[in-house]
Amino acid sequence: MTAGYLSLTERDRDEMLAAIGVSSMEELFAQIPASVRFDRELDVPPALSEAELVRHLEELAAKNAHTGSELSFLGAGIYDHYVPAIVDYVLQRGEFLTAYTPYQPEMSQGVLQAIFEYQTVICELTGMDVSNASGYDGFTVAADACLIATRHTGRSKIVLTETLNPQLRQVVKTYAPGFGLEVVEVRHVGGTTDPAQLAAAAQDAAAVIFPQPNFFGCLEPAPDLAAAAKEAGALAVAHVDLTSLGVLEAPGAYGCDMAIGEGQSAGNYQSYGGPHYGFLAARTEFIRRMPGRIVGETTDLNGDRVFVLTLQTREQHILREKATSNITTNQTLLALGGLVTLSWLGPAGLRELGETCMSLVGYARERIGLPAAFERPAFKELAVRTPIPAREVVRRARERGVHPGYALGRDVEGMDDVLLIALTEKRTPAEVDRLADVLAEVC
Amino acid sequence: MELIFEKSQAGRRAGRVPSHGLPVPEVPAELRRAQQPRLPELAENEIVRHFTNLADRNFGIDTGFYPLGSCTMKYNPRVNERVAGLPGFVNLHPHQEDEGAQGALELMWELQQILAEVAGLPAVTLQPAAGSQGELTGLMLMRAYFADRGEGERRDTIITADTAHGTNPASVTMAGYKLEKVATTDRGNLDLDDLRAKVNERTAGLMLTNPSTLGLFDEGIVEVAEIFHSQGALLYYDGANLNAVVGISRPGDMGFDIVHYNLHKTFSQPHGCGGPGAGPVAVREALEPYLPSPQVVRDGDTFRLDHERPKSIGRVRGFAGPFGVFVRSYAYMRAYGPDLRAMSETAVLNANYVLARLKDVYELPYDRLCMHEFVLSARGLKKEHGVTALDVAKRLMDYGIHPPTIYFPLVVPEALMIEPTETESKERLDHFVEAMTRIAAEAADDPALLKDAPHERPVRRLDEVKAAKEPIVKYAFGERPLVEAEA
Repeated sequence: MTAGYLSLTERDRDEMLAAIGVSSMEELFAQIPASVRFDRELDVPPALSEAELVRHLEELAAKNAHTGSELSFLGAGIYDHYVPAIVDYVLQRGEFLTAYTPYQPEMSQGVLQAIFEYQTVICELTGMDVSNASGYDGFTVAADACLIATRHTGRSKIVLTETLNPQLRQVVKTYAPGFGLEVVEVRHVGGTTDPAQLAAAAQDAAAVIFPQPNFFGCLEPAPDLAAAAKEAGALAVAHVDLTSLGVLEAPGAYGCDMAIGEGQSAGNYQSYGGPHYGFLAARTEFIRRMPGRIVGETTDLNGDRVFVLTLQTREQHILREKATSNITTNQTLLALGGLVTLSWLGPAGLRELGETCMSLVGYARERIGLPAAFERPAFKELAVRTPIPAREVVRRARERGVHPGYALGRDVEGMDDVLLIALTEKRTPAEVDRLADVLAEVC
Repeated sequence: MELIFEKSQAGRRAGRVPSHGLPVPEVPAELRRAQQPRLPELAENEIVRHFTNLADRNFGIDTGFYPLGSCTMKYNPRVNERVAGLPGFVNLHPHQEDEGAQGALELMWELQQILAEVAGLPAVTLQPAAGSQGELTGLMLMRAYFADRGEGERRDTIITADTAHGTNPASVTMAGYKLEKVATTDRGNLDLDDLRAKVNERTAGLMLTNPSTLGLFDEGIVEVAEIFHSQGALLYYDGANLNAVVGISRPGDMGFDIVHYNLHKTFSQPHGCGGPGAGPVAVREALEPYLPSPQVVRDGDTFRLDHERPKSIGRVRGFAGPFGVFVRSYAYMRAYGPDLRAMSETAVLNANYVLARLKDVYELPYDRLCMHEFVLSARGLKKEHGVTALDVAKRLMDYGIHPPTIYFPLVVPEALMIEPTETESKERLDHFVEAMTRIAAEAADDPALLKDAPHERPVRRLDEVKAAKEPIVKYAFGERPLVEAEA
């Protein structure tokens, strides 16, 4: 008996070979030239029964220090927010979990309507007119935005602020040669971006991408940054955190052309960095340049309201080399987690979530005896200066059972003495007290 | 069915957020949200019912047979969901220090080893988020490789087959390469004469899936590889159809230099209505220095992320890749062990069985044994009864079967691309054959029955033209709904 998940009996197999008109499995593979047939057994670990498999994976999982086993203040792009129980339920429904992209709308009204609702929620939060059904993550959507901008403006310069997540900047630079882009970065001044410096860099640029809140936790003068971009004729693209948009202004309200971001904060587990969903929303005029799936409303033969993948003539399976993007597989299931979470929170819950994060940042500012690295308002992360290298602080604090946050020097030059502390609604004042005590001990 | 926004009542709510009774710092007025977003306001039970009712209007592999060609819709074992949901995996932060993430890194390293063995290539990156991103990564690797050899400017063209997935040409454009297409012979192989005429010192490489999208193994693959390698060009293997050959024939042995895998096809990551997926890439030694950063490496008994990769193309997505997908696919591989070969053998057996039983009912444009999938044509039904591949697809829904891929590959008119996968039983396959046979008879007796199909789904056929001409892509909350009318 073979291992795995096969359904045929020996008898089935014999009957099927007879129906095909061959006498053995080998005959089916006669079309493969003999010189490239694999003639030994695969050298891979042995098969496990289901019980053995679960034990093996449990042993691997137990070797990880996770946010249930270690008090953690890690953030820097991925956050330990609460994922509602109903997310697990909805995402485990086989009708969603095991379906393909909804190419056949009569078989897929459930997910098509859900994506339409997701698009609506993203547009509401960001103040945009159109959202796609998701991108790979919060960094690749920046590359997508660059491609829209360069094709729309005919310009090739992209301006990134240094206050963006370094990984986002790395992804854009990886994509840049293929798109023919020149990437320019604008330094931060005291933890945020100076609109005048941004305005100078934005001359002849296709797009300016800036974050709100930024990678250092600070609130940017986002309306001024958007205005600086627009004045130079560049598209203004805000990289935002969905969990902030109950308290912080929607990018559409301060003139942005596109809003992008990482959706993990709203509805996905940390999962060592993925899979999560990136969101990409834009003003109407960019709808035909958008990458990825878009769901639209229409009617069926009965005249009833129904939903369908639309504007598919942008996409690779129709337009091939002239498509807006090569994206096919996206992150629909994770985006569905976002829709469920944001529906569960509602407008009041989302605002309260933001307020709780901000209140914990305020408490940590008072309680932690280290100076703030930047004198700026913050949303859910606080950067503090450490008297010894922050990586050493992390090492010593972890010996005491606390992960105190992200050592910014891992990614950002000149910030070896800055520790970035993330405070989600799951942290408590008592846990902040514990962090303060541990930092006092190790610094 | 009502939208969730239409079930909303102001002031109603589900989730409650912890409040620690601390003062809330003031947001500067110019940054503060002025108008609250119109998120749904429902109690939790109604949210659950809403999504349950939506699920009831969706069809997955768990619902029934799903022979969607090129998508490898195999059973997604539930145990994979159980292990992927372990707290030590889902609550692991990607910035956790390497010594605090040893279990995750070990799993990724082991996955790389298995993938390398399956491809017959030594070095693997797990970073790409999907097959198409794997393609783009592969092309970036070619660019970096040739740039390093001073041939970057000269080698500006990628060759693809006329049967290629749309992602191949789209990736070529995104990577900044020119595209050249090569023809397919009457047997479904690459046309070697056409190829010899087109491959030259300007060629960077070939992108090919083997078996092809026709479900046919390219019998000239050894010659194809020789043509490219003799010009110093590289071969890229689109792993979309890898489910046909695991343990049977390895892309690296066929002569491919770069391979991407679709973990959501071959290795059973559930498709999730379109994603997530994962598109790891394997390469020969000569291309290893250019792989994305970071790489998972092993030092004795410990594992770490290596960021010191000076020749790397850089980062193609966040962190070290879609880890949750890795857990599921690793679990899937470990359930088979070396019997992964039986997985592919059975996929090929199932496809050939259905092919044998249907080839006299529909037209078979390439009359050969197939690999894991095959392409029929409804051209005859169209000519004789005015019934199209689309009509056949819609009518299959009434039999409780998800339609195959239709109108692809483009070289076959009225194409029906059928991939049963290895996990289906003979009874399921027989039921599909019977449904397809009855539909062919219905086409002759009562074509209107097919033209009006489906009859048994929650909705009828849709007006797709209207959806594209007058795009409504979000709920209007009672306001003017159109975002734009087509000029």
